[in-house]
Amino acid sequence: MEMTKQHDHDHDHGHEELEQLKILGFWIFVVTDCILFGTLFATYAVMIHSYAGGPTPKELFELPGIVASTFILLTSSFTSGLAVLAMNKKKVNEMIGWLAVTGLLGLAFVGLEIHEFSNLAHEGATIATSGYWSAFFTLVGTHGLHVSIGLFWMVALIIQLKRRGITTVTHRKITNFSLYWHFLDIVWIFLFTVVYLMGVM
Amino acid sequence: MTQHGNHGAHGTHGSLKSYVIGFILSIVLTIIPLVIVTEQMLEKTATILTIMAIAVLQFVIQLYFFMHIKEGEKPRYNVHALILGLVIVVTIVAGSLWIMMFNKY
Repeated sequence: MEMTKQHDHDHDHGHEELEQLKILGFWIFVVTDCILFGTLFATYAVMIHSYAGGPTPKELFELPGIVASTFILLTSSFTSGLAVLAMNKKKVNEMIGWLAVTGLLGLAFVGLEIHEFSNLAHEGATIATSGYWSAFFTLVGTHGLHVSIGLFWMVALIIQLKRRGITTVTHRKITNFSLYWHFLDIVWIFLFTVVYLMGVM
Repeated sequence: MTQHGNHGAHGTHGSLKSYVIGFILSIVLTIIPLVIVTEQMLEKTATILTIMAIAVLQFVIQLYFFMHIKEGEKPRYNVHALILGLVIVVTIVAGSLWIMMFNKY
């Protein structure tokens, strides 16, 4: 009896270690994603004055909307952390609630970005306008795409949580998701600083 | 209590306190550069250096308070991977800017 119990415990422990390894694997993906954004930032920095006679960011950027997006994304990063705290307390409903808040904030962020992009296109700045705007739309758009993919992922996770509750597997998935979401907010800090704040200077 | 029961088994610990501190510091470190730029408090180079430094500081704060980078079991392979990634990013960005300086004709 003792032996089987011990064995079960070892088995459980092995399972958890595998999940830990998967979290490390996901973390390594996040680091490589960081390198992807590094290359896009490098392109942007090189293209910073390549307007080809077209509009400049200083003329077109509207800071109030960008500041709103910044605080929306920062708050959603915080609420995704609250979802993890609820998970650690094994409160699945509270957890789904915070994930839903995170998702709505993410949706608002993507909505504002689409609005911003369509305004820019309306003012004559598209991805084909100049080197600067190509680099801008690629860099900011890649981030927006990451947030959009994150929203679909989150909906899938909420469905899994409803069906299966908090297991070692859903626990690992939510941990990875919150890492991903915090990472996207960190990328946005640099987008906000380098693209928007320096853009309106 | 539950936090103790979880030890070692999970990637993120964290407490409400750490998330709240990280959130408040992040808000402050977003407002400061915004005010510096919109009120034009510093001259151009000083502004760029200051707001970049504040962005890096906010990055470190979120790494610490949101992502709990210091709370893994040793050896912290995640920190090793992150440092390698950052070295690559800095090399790509700084190297691109440097080499393209010679291309302004």
